[in-house]
Amino acid sequence: MADFEVAKITKGYVSIPKLKEGTMAHSQPFIAKEKFQVPLGYPGELIDNWKEVVIEKLKELSGKYRSLKVFLDSCIKCGACTDKCHYFIGTQDPKNMPVARQDLLRQVYRYYHTFTGRLFAKLGIPGFVGAKELTKEVIDDWYVYFHQCSQCRRCSVFCPMGIDTAEISMAAREILDQIGVGQKYCNEIIEKAGRIGNNLGLPEPALLDTLEGLEEEIEDDTGVAVKLPLDKKGVDILLVTPSADFFAEPHVDGLMGYAKVFHEAGVSWTVSSYASEAANFGMFIGSYENMRKLSLRIRKAAIDLGVKRIVFGECGHAWRVAYSFLNTLAGPFDFLDPNYPVPQHICEFTYNMIQNNELTFDKSQNDDMTLTFHDSCNVARASRMGDEPGGQFKIPRAVIKAACNNYVDMPSDTIGESTFCCGGGGGLLTDDLMELRVKGALPRATALTHVTNEYGVTHMAAICAICKSQFTKVLPYYGFTMDQIVSVHQLVSSAIVLSDAPKDNEESDETDAA
Amino acid sequence: MSALSVFYTILFYSAATIFIVGLAYRISVYAKTPAPLKIPTTPAPTTKSGVVFRLFTEVALFNSLFKSTKWTWLFGWMFHLSLLLAFFRHLRYVLSPDSVFWPLINNWLVLFAGQYGGFLMLIGLAGLFGRRIFVDRVRYISSPSDYLMLILIFTIAATGMLMSFVNHTDIVQLKAFAFGLVTFNPQELPGDTLVLIHLALVASLMIIFPVSKLLHAPGIFFSPTRNQVDNPREQRHIVEWAAKLEADRE
Repeated sequence: MADFEVAKITKGYVSIPKLKEGTMAHSQPFIAKEKFQVPLGYPGELIDNWKEVVIEKLKELSGKYRSLKVFLDSCIKCGACTDKCHYFIGTQDPKNMPVARQDLLRQVYRYYHTFTGRLFAKLGIPGFVGAKELTKEVIDDWYVYFHQCSQCRRCSVFCPMGIDTAEISMAAREILDQIGVGQKYCNEIIEKAGRIGNNLGLPEPALLDTLEGLEEEIEDDTGVAVKLPLDKKGVDILLVTPSADFFAEPHVDGLMGYAKVFHEAGVSWTVSSYASEAANFGMFIGSYENMRKLSLRIRKAAIDLGVKRIVFGECGHAWRVAYSFLNTLAGPFDFLDPNYPVPQHICEFTYNMIQNNELTFDKSQNDDMTLTFHDSCNVARASRMGDEPGGQFKIPRAVIKAACNNYVDMPSDTIGESTFCCGGGGGLLTDDLMELRVKGALPRATALTHVTNEYGVTHMAAICAICKSQFTKVLPYYGFTMDQIVSVHQLVSSAIVLSDAPKDNEESDETDAA
Repeated sequence: MSALSVFYTILFYSAATIFIVGLAYRISVYAKTPAPLKIPTTPAPTTKSGVVFRLFTEVALFNSLFKSTKWTWLFGWMFHLSLLLAFFRHLRYVLSPDSVFWPLINNWLVLFAGQYGGFLMLIGLAGLFGRRIFVDRVRYISSPSDYLMLILIFTIAATGMLMSFVNHTDIVQLKAFAFGLVTFNPQELPGDTLVLIHLALVASLMIIFPVSKLLHAPGIFFSPTRNQVDNPREQRHIVEWAAKLEADRE
């Protein structure tokens, strides 16, 4: 099945592996071509004076980002993070330990930008204080190992200094871009989203066609004319959702779920073709400027369409950018209705309706499944839902439980703030990193195996487009099937009772079970 | 004054200057460097007082480290706690007889625990050193300076303990020297080897503090993942360089 070895899951828990140097030294994504570099403001290929630029950029970024500066200075090498990264657990490569990954950058920072590093470099023993001269090999190592970090922040939960490797990875990728060594997958997508409006490059007619197709599907299914409007002006809500929701499985079932919830809520809403993407890959490459440009499309769409609220669909890092950054990047949103948070998550929207008893569910529609929930890393550790800290854990579960009878959590050290990344986040969801993706999913697959064996769990729900795509692709390597991954709003969609449904349409849909 | 006393007096004034100026400079750099985005590790407090509490649990109890690995937490926390006790115990050398701070020192905790706390420090440091040597992951990430830092502090603690339990120095003269330093009235230093080693290493520690990983002490307070309030939707967060980019907005 694969040209690399896939671990056999024999135990129900994750054990800390022994170090095996260099196991992933060969893993690297394709390098971006000039046509994707230049539109993002980066050189088309490796520049001649890369060394000076790297040193200079490192200084510039540590002056612009307190996180980077403090994190580079404060690591005490205590080792608390060393066993926390899913890529380390899955690959055993010591450079995938968060601190070792950071050190690839920190050693250069120390060599050129700290008194101690410069002093010991002059003495000829920079390694004594963990400093290292910048060479092409160092840059190659950066490209390899900073593309083995999904920026999931699990290490930051356990660090006594709060050091977040994601910040270091973002800075490293930004520097690599600045010298012309960008990653094809991310930069191609950012270029497309910036030109067309979504990561897939779907133009307006294609979107319209898709949405109309979904309307027909829902009407065939339920007998109710649930609408999925595109570019409709003067409506209440602008829905911004990952473009995978428009066609991929199980994402699209989630989108139909949002539509049904909006329908029941009686609110008017629309998708915008101009801002038809919730994902923002600008974050993955650490580019404030690119992230800002993509975010401004959402602002413009909201103004042009004259909406009152913005709601985001199920997506992990998109929710981080939306919840934590959107107000900064594209705010203030004083032109929207101040009675609602900007932006709002679709789970918050549905949860509020459930709390107000405004939705009716026939939970038996999901009785063919026993569910568990995968907390998406960026939702869990970089955002919130609702008013209380931890709402990002409570609300999606409450939505699932409202729609399903059978629910079990995975072991507590693999969910909530300790959740494991799916293995495909952070701009790594590309076929040229398949080995890394499969190995990085090992901790999650282990936890899922545990609840499968102990509690008979049959399906895992997720609220992230990347998680869903990643799991459908890699979980089969661990003996699961693609359709065991479901969208949270897919469960809502199956169980929701539409109040204007024709009474004689009491069909029971068995095709979902598969 | 003996040449030795003159040397140590100059050493301590230099070390203290480097420590204070260096640390103040570092702190000012951290304070001035902008944090353009809201990046608290969530779940995070939604209020300022919540953040103060979060930082307190991190600084006083090493909350995150506790979640991570109990052994490192135990040794690390033991070491830092005994460091605090040692600080209070050493205050006696620099307080004037009429100082109002004596109750801080003349109490059971500092008199007893301060003295025997030295053992905690040695155990804690030995534990941290052991992890560095025996745990393959921690060994991989350690530089020579990481080991040396532990040895340095271990030696400071050990020489201090030897003076306290085995080979007493001229404590009256030592107090005169220390009190002379802080009142800018330099005095003779007792010349036995343990004191000299102990004091020279303490001065070294002060000198390397602002240029080493010992910066983690002020760093934690400036760590955006720990010190930011989780309220990005309620309050717009924008720094100067980011606001300048908005000139292109319609």
